Amino acid sequence: MTVAPAIEAIDIVKFLGDGAGRVQALKGVGLAVSGGEMTLLMGPSGSGKTTLLSILGCMLTPTSGTVLLGGQTITGANPEQLAKIRRENIGFVFQSYHLFPTLTALDNVRLALDVRGDNSARAQQKSKEALARVGLALKMKSYPRELSGGEQQRVAIARAIVGSASIILADEPTAALDSENGHAIMVLLAEIAKDRERGVLVVTHDPRIVPFANRIVRIEDGKIVGEERAETKANSKRGRSRAL
Amino acid sequence: MSLAPKLAFRNLFHDRLRLIATVIGIVFSIVLVTIQMGLYVSFERMVTVMIDHADADLWIVPRGTKCFEDPSLLDERERFRALSVAGVASAAPLVIGFAQWRTPTGGNTPIFMIGSDPRDAKLRPWNLIEGSADALAIPGAVAIDRSYFDRLETTRLGDYAEIGDQKVQVLAISNGIRSFTTTPYVFAAIDRARAYTGTAANKASYFLVRVTPGANVIDVRNRLRAQLSDVEVLTTGEFRDRSANFWLFGTGAGAALFAGALLGLIVGTVIVAQTLYSSTKDHLNEFATLRAIGSAGTYIHQVIIYQALLSAVIGFTIAAVIGWIVVVATADTALPVVITPLMTVMLLLLTVTMCVLSAVAAILKVMRIDPAMVFTR
Ligand SMILES: Nc1ncnc2c1ncn2[C@@H]1O[C@H](COP(=O)(O)OP(=O)(O)O)[C@@H](O)[C@H]1O
Ligand SMILES: [Mg+2]
Repeated sequence: MTVAPAIEAIDIVKFLGDGAGRVQALKGVGLAVSGGEMTLLMGPSGSGKTTLLSILGCMLTPTSGTVLLGGQTITGANPEQLAKIRRENIGFVFQSYHLFPTLTALDNVRLALDVRGDNSARAQQKSKEALARVGLALKMKSYPRELSGGEQQRVAIARAIVGSASIILADEPTAALDSENGHAIMVLLAEIAKDRERGVLVVTHDPRIVPFANRIVRIEDGKIVGEERAETKANSKRGRSRAL
Repeated sequence: MSLAPKLAFRNLFHDRLRLIATVIGIVFSIVLVTIQMGLYVSFERMVTVMIDHADADLWIVPRGTKCFEDPSLLDERERFRALSVAGVASAAPLVIGFAQWRTPTGGNTPIFMIGSDPRDAKLRPWNLIEGSADALAIPGAVAIDRSYFDRLETTRLGDYAEIGDQKVQVLAISNGIRSFTTTPYVFAAIDRARAYTGTAANKASYFLVRVTPGANVIDVRNRLRAQLSDVEVLTTGEFRDRSANFWLFGTGAGAALFAGALLGLIVGTVIVAQTLYSSTKDHLNEFATLRAIGSAGTYIHQVIIYQALLSAVIGFTIAAVIGWIVVVATADTALPVVITPLMTVMLLLLTVTMCVLSAVAAILKVMRIDPAMVFTR
């Protein structure tokens, strides 16, 4: 399997804050995410996971280093260009869902297409399909407050995949969920990662997620400290296995 | 349909209290502007009402005349000189001036006389509801407005009174010829008006010129200016502007009305800007999410501007209803608020401009957000 990485970060250094609060959050980090696999980024709190995810997600620009998207560097892109890159290539899943409370599940998903200027009937149809894919075919008209945490996170996943993003970035997607719901979300993400056109990167420090990953990257104190490739059963047996 | 207007609508109606505050701000501001501008238009119409109703192409006025009500006198000789100028068809004298009206019960009240030749009247009372303007040819006949019945202690056609010790009889009654000063207008034949105001028989306040058919008014004016000394010759439009400028700006009344309108606009803009800004702050998380999922800056601006426009439409609609009530309620007063269709369109544009301007602060705020904040919230 020699798929070119969908996104790749090379030698990333990132300083955050300024003055006395200036912190080197990343100290020369490299990480590539390829289509068709799920990568877990694990590490203790404060190790730089979110910072790295933000940089891969084109939300933060590194102090130094390069981010390649489909082989092209994004260095020097302005905020508007970065926004365009995000809406066309990247789907996000956040720990606290970040759904729009005043919109239905369907509209929340459709929003990802709407910001691309696609508000056709086809967009509506795609959004319904995405919701069906995450198992919410019957909750399309519900508002976020009418949904459980797990359901809200499914809506967020539908929003991330509806635009056929080549990369899905999820920051602690199960942290706010109980183990049953967290498990279901991971099954879903693993499922989504099977698409060869799409790579999934999940940041977590939840060891229960490990069985779902193809690859685990460990980060500590702003540096990558290890990487393991796992032949998980997630790929073959719908992720019900506990084996690594 | 795009979701931007839907989001705007939902954001707006999500917080009813704030929406009410916004709408009150807009309504307050626009109603204030409407009333000030309505009074301005009304005042402007009133100060030129006599000029607008006179049948004249050109006015020969005493040098330095500031407005219609400015009583100075011209000599009849100027009229004959004017009549000899090419293009002048007629030059009718008009006498104006203050006089005292004495009621049958002995009360005294100042009036403003307007006297013109009853057989060839260039300025006769209009909107008559009783009697006729031709009756002014009868010696001692006067025309008054219904709205001054109380002041003049008159109740009906045929009532008697005195002006400067001379007996007069009300033989025509108009409706709506009101003065913006509190002094009632009283129409009479020119010779009687001279007597009531103490004007000599060879004097007049104005000469109202009609040009011969086909003559160019400006050319005739220029010829008159060249021929006549010690007077000014103005087109009706020029006299109108001069009168309006004098009352509106010479007296500060216009400036006061404009200042009131401006104040209303500023207060309205501040209120709308403030509520829109705090609404945006409350929804900052959502705007950051929009930015994170890659929405362009323009998309976010759209949401905020739609919010502003929606507020504008709601506010304007309510303000229009209130404005209409004010128009109806003041129609019969000394200074009615007048709203023209053009003003309505301008007020709508003003409301929209005000609301869009108010959106600027909110837009600036939202463009400073860091999309990465969605990871930490
Ligand atoms: N805005 C910021 N200003 C200064 N320091 C920050 C900022 N954001 C994060 N940091 C610091 O950078 C380091 C990495 O943070 P983060 O990437 O959020 O870690 P993780 O997601 O692994 O918990 C931490 O030490 C954190 O305190
Ligand atoms: Mg984190």
